[in-house]
Amino acid sequence: MTHLQGIAASSGIAIAKAYRLEAPDLSYTKNSIEEPDREIKRLHDALEISKSELEKIKEHTRNSLGDEHAEIFSAHLLVLSDPELIQPMEDKIKSENVNAEAALDETANMFIDMFKNMDNEYMKERAADIQDVTKRVLAHLLEAEFPDPALINEQVVIVAEDLTPSDTAQLNKEFVQGFTTDIGGRTSHSAIMARSLEIPAVVGTKDITKKADKDVMIIVDGLDGDVIIDPSDEQIASYKEKQAQFEEKKKEWAKLKDEATVTEDGHHVELAANIGTPEDVDGVLDNGGEGIGLYRTEFLYMGKNQLPTEEEQFDAYSSVLKQMGDKPVVVRTLDIGGDKELDYLDLPDEMNPFLGYRAIRLCLERDDIFRTQLRALLRAGVYGNLKIMFPMIATLDEFRQAKAILMEEKDNLKSEGVDVAENFEVGMMVEIPATAVIARQFAKEVDFFSIGTNDLIQYTMAADRMNERVSYLYQPYNPAILNLVSNVIDAAHAEGKWAGMCGEMAGDEIAIPILLSLGLDEFSMSATSILPARTQLLGLSQEEMKGYKDELLSMGTADEVVAFVKEKAGLA
Amino acid sequence: MVEKTFKITSADGVHARPATVLVQNAGKYESDINLHYKEKSVNLKSIMGIMSLGIPAGAEVKISAEGDDEQEAIDHLAQTMQNEGLGE
Repeated sequence: MTHLQGIAASSGIAIAKAYRLEAPDLSYTKNSIEEPDREIKRLHDALEISKSELEKIKEHTRNSLGDEHAEIFSAHLLVLSDPELIQPMEDKIKSENVNAEAALDETANMFIDMFKNMDNEYMKERAADIQDVTKRVLAHLLEAEFPDPALINEQVVIVAEDLTPSDTAQLNKEFVQGFTTDIGGRTSHSAIMARSLEIPAVVGTKDITKKADKDVMIIVDGLDGDVIIDPSDEQIASYKEKQAQFEEKKKEWAKLKDEATVTEDGHHVELAANIGTPEDVDGVLDNGGEGIGLYRTEFLYMGKNQLPTEEEQFDAYSSVLKQMGDKPVVVRTLDIGGDKELDYLDLPDEMNPFLGYRAIRLCLERDDIFRTQLRALLRAGVYGNLKIMFPMIATLDEFRQAKAILMEEKDNLKSEGVDVAENFEVGMMVEIPATAVIARQFAKEVDFFSIGTNDLIQYTMAADRMNERVSYLYQPYNPAILNLVSNVIDAAHAEGKWAGMCGEMAGDEIAIPILLSLGLDEFSMSATSILPARTQLLGLSQEEMKGYKDELLSMGTADEVVAFVKEKAGLA
Repeated sequence: MVEKTFKITSADGVHARPATVLVQNAGKYESDINLHYKEKSVNLKSIMGIMSLGIPAGAEVKISAEGDDEQEAIDHLAQTMQNEGLGE
């Protein structure tokens, strides 16, 4: 038995054997061979297996993410059938008497180099496609396992260094019981995806990939952040018990699904969810979400070779709005740059991407990209309760410019005779301290604020949230953060506007009583946090919490805040 | 041998999705099928061949087919060009 402590990223308990998701060793030796026909057959066998795998992955991707995302695998399949690629491989085996591995790799590399050197971003990406598919074929030639989340067909816990968004998107919930990774934190991409898929996860264990062999039993405790490798029978029994208790608790929460969120003293707050794709809306409604407080539109732009068209975006936005009916849907316009890159935009590398060219900064300069998104949003707004929010606003001028472009596109669409949303709110994210400090000035011009705590904390504390060595500075309860948040809420209320929060903090059981005391109107969180938050809020009195506001804001350290809240809100 | 000339009307030229469909459909026929653009010609059954041409909007291209099913092939591919909004 080995115990590892990580970060609880997605609640629930998983008990299953390990499935290691890692790149196989693809080193080979170049041999001269006697029977070319045998090598050619080996090559074709490996190609055929790879094709049948890609067919499965394509099918799976189509079911989970839709046609658009599955399209890339059609192209991959064609590469594996491409006579201009396969013929030279066969020729090489015959004329140079080399093994299939060498013929495959050398021929593929010739094409990869050719495409990479083309003066065309699109063609450069085809080089990556060829690389991807030839790796798969090479793995089969070497009889190495080429793991693929879409091909899993038994109950497993995934063990990986980290999971990419496309890995997570391919996870089949029926088989994947949970996952655990070496790196990452509560706000890393894989953690957010785990919560939206409702798969238990523990991230940041540092060395799970070194400790867990293939097929060993693993327990992932996404409630407390523990991972147990090769557990004893007693441990399995006790975790099964814990799992059952958690299921019970979930059933209790589910009873509140259709209830309003009202505090003990009758004050209503709105509990909304953060989503990334239209497919996430089911989870929001199942978990009793009263709206969507943050629709991250980046996913439409990721995992593709080109910008999404206005039609594609319209389909996604209108699907979300229709599914939500008259419930509010806050859509955040494109927030790309920083840690989220788009290869096809070919943005230059920056020393400090989080302080660089990203989000609204990029959109105001590349207004062709921005306008396409705004047009799609304005058209989709006809189908529901749309609210538009701009990310990474630093100055009032940026907000004015963004809003002016929005209104210009609205007029353009109307003069083209297109139906557009008429009454919709336009707000901004508060994640740059500069805006929190002068929130009063912003509040006169925006319809609402949504506080993005993940970035607000990293910018206020000057601590990169990806850097584990300064992770102690990621302090949501630091009085500096609380004072900024309070300032934003007060500013909104002074102008008759509302203030929400869409960072991880909004669903946190220690933060909730604090935010209630500061007067937050809307809490937007992972869908699975909604019912526990509603349960907690039912037992809190807003009047009482408000009485603690001044005391909280004048405290000196995060620890003092936490101790105080735990006592006052009755948390163990 | 049969040939047919097209003008690329798609604003993005011959890009990934329609190219994929063209190659898939070309692969259904026994005939040798080639795509000619400027001085170059490539095997239309090769996705990498098509991509390497980087055909832009407004280009004139020619598809030729030679073999037992050449007429069916060229008709089908002309249909594909239209369906995919590539050209006419």
